[in-house]
Amino acid sequence: MIDLNKNYDVIVVGGGHNGLICATYLAKSGRKVLVIEANQSLGGASATSEFSDQFSVSSCAHWLFQLNPDVASDMGLNKQGLELAARDLNTIALAEDGNHLIIDGDKLEGAGISDEDRVAFVAFNKQILKFSKLLSGAFNRRAPKLVEGNLTDRITLAKLGLGMKMLGKADMSDLMRLALINIYDVMEENFDNDLLKAAISFDSLLGSHMGPRSPNTVYGYLYRRMGDIYGFNGPAVVKGGMGAVGEAMAKAARASGVDIEVDSAVSKINIDIDRATGVTLADGRVVDAGLVVSNADPKTTFNKLVGLTNIETGIARRVKSVRMKGDAAKLHIALDSLPTFTGLSEKQVGQRLLIAPTMNYIEKAFNHSKYGEYSTAPAMDISIPTIHDASLAPAGKHVMSVIVQFTPYELKGGWNNENKEAFKQLVIDRIADYAADLKDKIVASELLTPADLEERFHIHGGHWHHGEISLDQILTMRPFPGASQYGTSVDGLFLCGAGTHPGGGVMGLAGHNAAKEIIKRGKSA
Amino acid sequence: MKKYDAIIVGAGHNGLTNAAYLAKAGLDVLVLEKNAYIGGATVSRELYPNWKYSNCSYVCSLLRPEIIRDLELPRHGLQVVPYGGGVTFKENGDYLGAHADHERMLRELARHSKRDASAYERYEADVMKQTRLIRPFLMRTPPDPTSLKPRDLKELSVLAKSFGSMGEEALADTMRFWTMSIGDFLDEYFESDVIKAHLAGSGIIGTALGVYSPGTAYVLLHHYMGDVDGSVGAWGFARGGMGAVSAALSASFQSFGGTIQCDAEVAQIIVKNGKAKGVALANGDELYADIVVSNLDPKRTFLKIMDEGDLPADVVKKAKNFKIRGSSGKLNIALDGLPTFTGLPKDSPLCLGEKHFSDSLQKMERAYDEWKDGTWSKDPYVDMLIPTQIDPTMAPPGKHMMSVFVQYAPPKIHGGDWTAEDKAGFEKTVIDQISNYSPDFKDLILHCETRTPQDIENEVGLTEGNIFMGELTFDQLLFNRPFPGYAQYRGPVKGMYMCSSGTHPGGGVMAAPGANAAREILMDLKLTNTVPGGYDDD
Repeated sequence: MIDLNKNYDVIVVGGGHNGLICATYLAKSGRKVLVIEANQSLGGASATSEFSDQFSVSSCAHWLFQLNPDVASDMGLNKQGLELAARDLNTIALAEDGNHLIIDGDKLEGAGISDEDRVAFVAFNKQILKFSKLLSGAFNRRAPKLVEGNLTDRITLAKLGLGMKMLGKADMSDLMRLALINIYDVMEENFDNDLLKAAISFDSLLGSHMGPRSPNTVYGYLYRRMGDIYGFNGPAVVKGGMGAVGEAMAKAARASGVDIEVDSAVSKINIDIDRATGVTLADGRVVDAGLVVSNADPKTTFNKLVGLTNIETGIARRVKSVRMKGDAAKLHIALDSLPTFTGLSEKQVGQRLLIAPTMNYIEKAFNHSKYGEYSTAPAMDISIPTIHDASLAPAGKHVMSVIVQFTPYELKGGWNNENKEAFKQLVIDRIADYAADLKDKIVASELLTPADLEERFHIHGGHWHHGEISLDQILTMRPFPGASQYGTSVDGLFLCGAGTHPGGGVMGLAGHNAAKEIIKRGKSA
Repeated sequence: MKKYDAIIVGAGHNGLTNAAYLAKAGLDVLVLEKNAYIGGATVSRELYPNWKYSNCSYVCSLLRPEIIRDLELPRHGLQVVPYGGGVTFKENGDYLGAHADHERMLRELARHSKRDASAYERYEADVMKQTRLIRPFLMRTPPDPTSLKPRDLKELSVLAKSFGSMGEEALADTMRFWTMSIGDFLDEYFESDVIKAHLAGSGIIGTALGVYSPGTAYVLLHHYMGDVDGSVGAWGFARGGMGAVSAALSASFQSFGGTIQCDAEVAQIIVKNGKAKGVALANGDELYADIVVSNLDPKRTFLKIMDEGDLPADVVKKAKNFKIRGSSGKLNIALDGLPTFTGLPKDSPLCLGEKHFSDSLQKMERAYDEWKDGTWSKDPYVDMLIPTQIDPTMAPPGKHMMSVFVQYAPPKIHGGDWTAEDKAGFEKTVIDQISNYSPDFKDLILHCETRTPQDIENEVGLTEGNIFMGELTFDQLLFNRPFPGYAQYRGPVKGMYMCSSGTHPGGGVMAAPGANAAREILMDLKLTNTVPGGYDDD
């Protein structure tokens, strides 16, 4: 609740996971912090919602696989009740004939996988994790400025430079080449098995507007595998859905003294000449504070909350240029009982299932989205969390959560109920190719297009990462040059969302880094 | 048998440039060419009586002015005639004209979008800023960032200083520019489809990427960093066709006492005790030299004319993984007269430049989708020129020669060889597309030479028919070209060097790789440097 007598030092706009993390660190540093969230529930895109009577699902992100362990332990998330219903799950790349590929850490099974591929996969993993490890050194701190950098930045750069040298000549050369290349070529260079090549390339571009042949996709893979560096050996299912992550974080924040106001939208960040002075809420209330930290994405922050009239033309252009059109939809299905997937045991159905048989399949699915069409044969990431966590559905019943790529944010002619329904049926048909009895078991279903995700989670473009994770939008270029160290051109206004370095996914580092930066700047913030 | 100081494999423009600099330094140099004619992809060929076709490369701008001066190419007959103009035709009958005059250009842009006209100056300034940054590095050997040698550290610091002097935000902009797609880059400035389509062509020419593939903004730069007579970014025709460039280079080379042998295909670079010793020809002859320079692309060099046993395993692997993709074909057409284009008067100065028939980025991207699918684009991006309007020496009086660069065309059709039907289908696609905008075009055709990527590979020896001898993506540029660790023109075998477009700074008729390689060779021989830009002049 808002305590107007409190003279807040900091207002955090948006109670997504990064906002809550940032607020907690700031409160722990002795600041009086208020978090204002437009929705009823906290956690932002880390959410659980009831989409049909007694059926609940993680309504945006559905796996936990990248949460930074230091942040989790600083927040005391275990103590606040965060529980994993299952962890270190396998990824199973589905084949229509039932001869699936099972990826269990370094081990590969099924799909007629060759010994050469097995060996190559171990070597490939080893090298990728080495690179991710190196990259992780730049993730839990602000992105270093390259020219005007002060000592902190130079230390980060020196660490990175040294880390690269320590890789040795061969790996360093590989990194310089791989970071810029497309995953398609790397897969062709390393492996024979189609399912394996497709599974890895799908992971490198999930949530983005890229196909396997798009250059820069290897960076996306290094980014995804950051989870391995943070102690995940595969995705985890959170008990109670991803909303439980938000709840635990909110508890941690409150325990540190943070005030949280839900169900109150911020309509404006107030600016007096050149300095943020607080916020105006949709209901007209004005709350003042020394600093405003926006957990919203950069476009929402500057276009809507700050207002383009309050920033310079050059910066307005940069905001406009941030690429963040979501390409992933969510499909939620309430099931009467567990469907039978050809060639999978019940235990296996609880693993992470992929429908992405070949790289060309994914590339073709991507082609459609370039022209504002939805994929006629989309690529999918499927979770049936109720196998691990019965609390999400009535006894014996199940929910299925599906990430559907590629679903354009801006469908040609616009999204309406008809084309949404048609697309939903198309997706269900496609899944039924692998689970013949699926359609008989459907009780209810819901499709959230990127446009729906935008509306529900207030993320421009419905883009999970608050901006593409692509080389032109990372480090000092994230969210855009000139705003890469959480501070902005408006004094007293900071950013802490996934649109900032290091980026999205339920990782928590953007919020962590932003708080550290604000604390470091002290009175000059 | 006679032993040369150096043998250069392949008489393309880089091979000839390299040879000329080595001969200028006093070496006894032999250039070997498999074809009956020199020039590689820089040729003028009379494939129809009295018509000269620049049947591969067709325009000239990137050729380094230092080299033109230094090797006295004008004295040896090279004349580059600048051209202006250019049109992108719209499906609705309208067009976007590219005027050489700046004010006229702005008025023309404003006709399509007022907002875009005002963005254009900002766009030009931003691109020029990037161009100016990169140009000084064209004639320098890239440093090896993994090395701790004083020379590499020094060169790296030159690089760092040059980038650092831009300032924090401009540097970030540069990094963005190098990693983003030309489509996204143009979207930041412009709203009009035809304006974006007109400007995007340079971002994909010769590249197996679409306008929305990251990395294509840099490819645009690659086409902007040349100049004609000091006018940066301008393009011109070599009088008499591109063969005039090779002819001038070879005349310069011969004036320094060099020898060229045609019809001499190299089958193998001879390596003994880890050192290059000469070459074996396809006919069995052996020729000897302690320095062997390959002007073939990296794949041909390491996988065809060198023995795997003579090479470190990593080089063989890197050569196999080197990305060199055929993405374009070409039509060279002899015309009975000048065709007319709908909506444009015959004497419009706009007709002197390139003509394009793709009026949106979406069309261009769809053309790429077909390449990914293993077939030629059914509505291709075309870069068409009629050089005889400016250089009448290439055809009989009153007649014309048309050069049509076509993108995309894959090296193989659905994984198989191009058949005669495929080739005829490809030709028809292109001719039909042009006819849509030029009703009298078909009737004027006297002869048409159609070249698929496969034809280009077979004749010229460019693997997959890739005109740049390797994709110009950042993983294959600077110290990564052709591969990390081998970007300083030295091969993995002592005495063996590389000088092709597969090395820094890459393809196009630039001659910088040939010159840079010569500088490294002279340095290894401890001879005085004859090459501009360099190791002992800075």
